[in-house]
Amino acid sequence: MAEGSNQSVAYRFFDKIGRMSTSALEEMGRHGVMIAESLYWLIIGPRMNQPVRLGAVFSEMMEIGVRAIGIIGIMAAAIGAMLAIQGIYSLKIFGAEGHVVVGVAFSMVREFAPLITGILVAGRSGSALSARLGTMKINQELDALEVMGINPVRFLVVPSLLASLIMVPVLTFMSMVLGLYAAALYVNAALGMSLAAFFDQTVDVLSVDDLTHGLGKAAIFGILIALIGVLNGFLVKGGAEGVGKATTRSVVQCISAIVVTDMLFALVATF
Amino acid sequence: MTDQTDPNPPTVIEVRDLVTHYGTRQILNGVDVDIVEGEIMVIMGGSGSGKSTFLRHLMALQRPTSGTIKILGQDVWRLPQKKLFELRKKLGVTFQGGALFSSMTVGENIMLPLYEHTKLDRMTMEIMARMKLEVVDLAGFEDLMPSELSGGMIKRAAVARAVIMDPRILFFDEPSAGLDPVVSSQLDDLILRLRDAMGMTICVVTHELESAFKIADRITVLDRGNILFVGTVQELHDHPSERIQNLLNRRSEEAEIDADEYLRRLTGDKEEAEGMPR
Repeated sequence: MAEGSNQSVAYRFFDKIGRMSTSALEEMGRHGVMIAESLYWLIIGPRMNQPVRLGAVFSEMMEIGVRAIGIIGIMAAAIGAMLAIQGIYSLKIFGAEGHVVVGVAFSMVREFAPLITGILVAGRSGSALSARLGTMKINQELDALEVMGINPVRFLVVPSLLASLIMVPVLTFMSMVLGLYAAALYVNAALGMSLAAFFDQTVDVLSVDDLTHGLGKAAIFGILIALIGVLNGFLVKGGAEGVGKATTRSVVQCISAIVVTDMLFALVATF
Repeated sequence: MTDQTDPNPPTVIEVRDLVTHYGTRQILNGVDVDIVEGEIMVIMGGSGSGKSTFLRHLMALQRPTSGTIKILGQDVWRLPQKKLFELRKKLGVTFQGGALFSSMTVGENIMLPLYEHTKLDRMTMEIMARMKLEVVDLAGFEDLMPSELSGGMIKRAAVARAVIMDPRILFFDEPSAGLDPVVSSQLDDLILRLRDAMGMTICVVTHELESAFKIADRITVLDRGNILFVGTVQELHDHPSERIQNLLNRRSEEAEIDADEYLRRLTGDKEEAEGMPR
C-alpha cells in the first residue's frame, strides 16, 4: 500500500513536471508565433493595404512611455540615491568612499536602470495591455475587428510591441540619467564632491559597451512586456474574473521574465 | 420580403454537412442550410442547441470540424487570407452586446471600417457615419462614448457600424438579448427596414419567438446540433411534429409567466413572495 502510494506520489510529481514543461513550451511557441505574425503585418501589411497605423504607435508610445515618466523618474532617482547611500556606507569600512562613483555608475547603467524601468512598465503597461485586450475579448470586440476584416494583431498588437520596444530603452536612458543625478546630489552632500567631478568620473569609468548593455536589455524587456501582456489578454477565458486573473498572471510573468532575462544577460555579457 | 421580381433568388450562403466537436462533445451534427439573397433567415434554438457556434462558422470566426460553408459562392475555409479579407468587407455583424470599442466615440466606431478599408477623406467618412446614424435613429450621438449610451442605443450604433460598408449580408447575434420588449420591437423594425431599404440578406440568431415570427422570411430551428425544421413562419406553425409544437408551446409558456410567478420562482416560496412589498 505504502509502495503504491509512493508510486502514486512519484507519478503525480512527474506528471505535473511534464504538464508544466509542455505548457511552458506551448507558451514559448505562442510568443514565437506572435512575433512572427507581428513581423508579417509590419512587412506584408502595407502591400495588402493594411499598414500598421503610425497614429496607433504614437498613441501607445504616449501611454507606455510619456505617461510613465513621472513615476519612473521618481523611482530611478530614489534607486540612484539609495545606491550612493549604501555605497558610501560600505566603502567607508575600507576608507574608500571616494570610489563610490564607480559602483553607482556601473550598477545604475548596467543593472538598476533597465531593471526598475522594466518592472515599472510591466506593472503599469503590461497589466493594462492584458486587461484591455482581455476585456475586448470578452466583449467580442476582437471578433468584431476580425469580421470587419481588421486583423487584431496588426491593429492592436504591433503598435503596442513597437511602442514598448522604443519606449522602454528611452525610459531606461532617462532612468540612468536621473539615477546618476540623484546619486551625484547625495555624494555632493555627503562627501562634498562636486557634480562636475562626479560626472567626470562617471564618464571615465563607463564605456559605450556598458550603455549598450543596459539599453539592449531594456529593448528585450520591452518586447517581453508587450508579448506577455498581449498573450495573456488574448487567452482570457470567462468574464471579469478571467480578466483579473490574466492581469495578475501578466504582471507576475513579466516581472519573472525580466529578472531571469536580466540574470542571463548579465551572465552572458560578463562571461 | 424576398424580392418578388425574382422567383429564384441566388443562394448567398450555402452550408453543407457542417459538423463541430468541442473535444468529445458534438455541437453540430451535419447541418445543411441555404440562405437566399434578400431574405431574413432566423436561426432559432434553445441554449446549447449550437446556434451561436453555427453563427461563428458563418462569420468565418471559427473553423468547423468538417463540412463546407460557401458565402457568395466562395468556400470560406479554403480562401487565401487576402480573399477572405475581401469577402469580409461584404459582411456586417451586430454582436450580442454591440461590441463597440469602448476607447472610441460612437462616430469613430462607425467610421473605423471606412478608415481601414478606404482612402476617403475624414469629412466624407463623417458624413457617411452621420447618414448611417440617421438610419438607426441615432443622429447627433456621434460624439458620445459607448459607455454613455443605453443598451438599445449601443445595439443600434453597432448596426450603423455593421452597415457602413454597405455589406451584402448582415448577421445579428441575439439582437433582442437584454432589451425591454419596446426597444426589442424597435430593433426588429430596424432589421426589416434594412432589408427593405438596402436589400441586404440578413441572418439573425435568436431564441426570442416573438421577434423571430415578426421578422423572419424563413426560420431554421436547431436542436442539439441538428436541424429540426427549415421553412416559413406559417409552415412552422402548421408543422405536425410534436417536438416542434412542444418547443413552440414551451416558449409561449415561458413568455406568459406573470410577475408573481416570476417572483415565486426567484424566491422559491409563493406565500413569502406574495407577502413581499411591491
